[in-house]
Amino acid sequence: MDAKKIIVCDTDKCTGCEICEYICSIFKEKKVNWSKSRIRHIRIEPTFDIAIACRKCETPLCIKACPREAIIEQTDGSVSIDKDKCNGCGWCIEACNFGALKLDWNAKCAFACDFCAEYDQPKCVEFCPYDALEFTTLDQVGHEAGKKAFKRVIEELG
Amino acid sequence: MMKGYAGKYLRVDLTTGEVKTDYLPEEVARAFIGGYGLVAWTLYNEVPDGADPLSAENVLCLWTGPVAGTPVPVSSKYIMGARSPATGFIGFGISSGGIGSELKAAGWDGVVVTGKAPSPTYIFIQNGQVELRDASSLWGKTTWDTEELIREELCDDEIRVSSIGPAGELLSVLANITNDRNRQVGRSGMGAVMGSKNLKAIAIRGTGEVGVAHLDELVEFCRDLYQRCRGPATEKYRVLGTPANVLVHNRLGCLPSYNFQKGTFEQAEAVSGETMLKTMVKKIVACPACPIACDHINVVKEGPWAGTVSSMDYESLELLGPNCGVADLNAITKAVEICDTLGVDTISAGATVSWAMEAYEKGLLSKEDCDGLELRFGNAEAMVEAVRRLCLREGNLGKLIADGAARAAEKLGRDSHKFAMVNKKLEWGAYSLRSLQTATLGFATSVRGACYLRSGSYQVDVKGQVDRYHLDRSRGKVVYDGENLYAVIDSMIICKFTRGIYKDNDEIARVIRLVTGFDLGAEEMIKAGERIHNMAKLFNVRFGVGRADDYPPPRAFEEKMYDDVSDGAIIDRGEYDEALSGYYEARRWNEEGIPTVALLEDLGLDTTLGV
Repeated sequence: MDAKKIIVCDTDKCTGCEICEYICSIFKEKKVNWSKSRIRHIRIEPTFDIAIACRKCETPLCIKACPREAIIEQTDGSVSIDKDKCNGCGWCIEACNFGALKLDWNAKCAFACDFCAEYDQPKCVEFCPYDALEFTTLDQVGHEAGKKAFKRVIEELG
Repeated sequence: MMKGYAGKYLRVDLTTGEVKTDYLPEEVARAFIGGYGLVAWTLYNEVPDGADPLSAENVLCLWTGPVAGTPVPVSSKYIMGARSPATGFIGFGISSGGIGSELKAAGWDGVVVTGKAPSPTYIFIQNGQVELRDASSLWGKTTWDTEELIREELCDDEIRVSSIGPAGELLSVLANITNDRNRQVGRSGMGAVMGSKNLKAIAIRGTGEVGVAHLDELVEFCRDLYQRCRGPATEKYRVLGTPANVLVHNRLGCLPSYNFQKGTFEQAEAVSGETMLKTMVKKIVACPACPIACDHINVVKEGPWAGTVSSMDYESLELLGPNCGVADLNAITKAVEICDTLGVDTISAGATVSWAMEAYEKGLLSKEDCDGLELRFGNAEAMVEAVRRLCLREGNLGKLIADGAARAAEKLGRDSHKFAMVNKKLEWGAYSLRSLQTATLGFATSVRGACYLRSGSYQVDVKGQVDRYHLDRSRGKVVYDGENLYAVIDSMIICKFTRGIYKDNDEIARVIRLVTGFDLGAEEMIKAGERIHNMAKLFNVRFGVGRADDYPPPRAFEEKMYDDVSDGAIIDRGEYDEALSGYYEARRWNEEGIPTVALLEDLGLDTTLGV
């Protein structure tokens, strides 16, 4: 299988504008309601910001935790929640290390990022005004980090 | 059902503890747009004649505008208003952060607070549920601690909190209201009004939908607007932040220093936006729905204030820095942190301490009056300590200056009012009076007092579009046009830093149409701005405002500036009189600055809208 693409947030670039949350709800729910966003902005005062969505874990703890087998891993590594089986118990939310799942209190059902399967790329990535979000693989993130470090060395050596 | 608006607002009577729902009539929403317009509408109709600003009779209102909670750039804004204890006229301040969008998502356009709670209280709004909760354990806490403690108590990190610090509790008329740590409802003493009502905070959690009339079209327009927010129109705010003004104003001789005696500062380089970015800024952050990000978070790395963190903008930096002769960014960062946590307006604090410094240097204040401080211009440690004493009303100095320069000068006497840099008893913003004379006309005629945010009248001066060292009748129209547009911006409410991304007023009207469905068009929109401004003015008329209140402080007319750029600049009183009359004429007000009946009829303010 190909390396999995996830939504990576550059915390130096993230300003905490939460436009990702607005945009997510608009495209996924067809309304403005950022509490229904699949991506979650976290600020730790005074200077740390990040936006987190599903990490496509190798062994998704949310799937293991679900007592009703309502969560199913998709071929791209994302998870899909069967609305008929899920009763909103929230064990998946407790199990996820990243806070990437949320509960819809009205529908009594969990939900998570599906990486905008119906579009070319996740809409939050497309709209992020600071290009803090990227839809990429961890391999590529590592490669970019290496490239950046090597460039710095080259510059220092002249 | 109206879109953009929640269509309903809360009424909270703190005396009885009663909470009611009221509905926002569509014709009122259309006529006053939101925000500033609804503050003027509420206060004009509800504050009783002669109401003491710090009594249970005063009405404190919080409003959002139609765009709050939508993806419109920098739209998560709110305004709080009441009769001002600082000026006696209309008081209000607009803040950003998450309060505006959160309240809208909770299903409310605003909150109107009356009465006085029997003991310290905070209001908690969670969607449709509203609770008055005991705030005894929060009384005396800083604004930053209050936010955290409320989130802990209610076990929800996503709650947004607007709160006052100790200064508001002590009824300082300089007290402001803080939310999201770094965003303030500043100026005109709204924090003292909260304190007088025993209201420590308003905490909000909203998880509902925000209705938008034309969502698909709005999102596509926003995509375009976000791109423009990354362009040249907002570059200044993104890169250096508003402190970019320091060197620009210094070059133009309009950077107030030494309590507005000069227009340049010999150490401007040391406190410039450029220096700050290199040496102090740890992170630049944004408010919700803001693609610009202007909020420069400073961290003090060394010295007695190491570890201090605060958000820095031009006004705070200028008035606590150059205007106090202080060239130490660490000290200025510390002074801002003290103001933000204890809950005092940084502009007023800076302009008040600089007044005290001048009084000290003139021998009107002794060292004993200053609690042993050597309160000279340029003494950074003394500035920081004076700010702390001001915020806490501590010692001889704190007691003297806690309520601002005008009231301190009243107490001190001996002509010290001549260098109290105020209008309507509110301290002047960081634009020099005599070398930016259109700005001065705009500041002095503003309904809030000494206000740089009501008309942007400094722009024609700074851009060199007029002779900024002289005034004439035509400047009245400049202020008039600026005020009408800004009244719209402040009512929608969008951030003024986005004003440059819109090609024209039609595009601003388009935002209103896409969000609300109201097809006002540019002309009707600007007329709404004029209506809103007149409503605010009528409130002031009810409380006795007259022509004499629309003048700058004596220094503008009586003393020449001395500095390299603007040496000898002074405002000619005759020219000012003429420009003021020109402003009244443009506004269709009489020579005393009172709106005429014909004007009110034209604006629909005669009977239909409750005047």
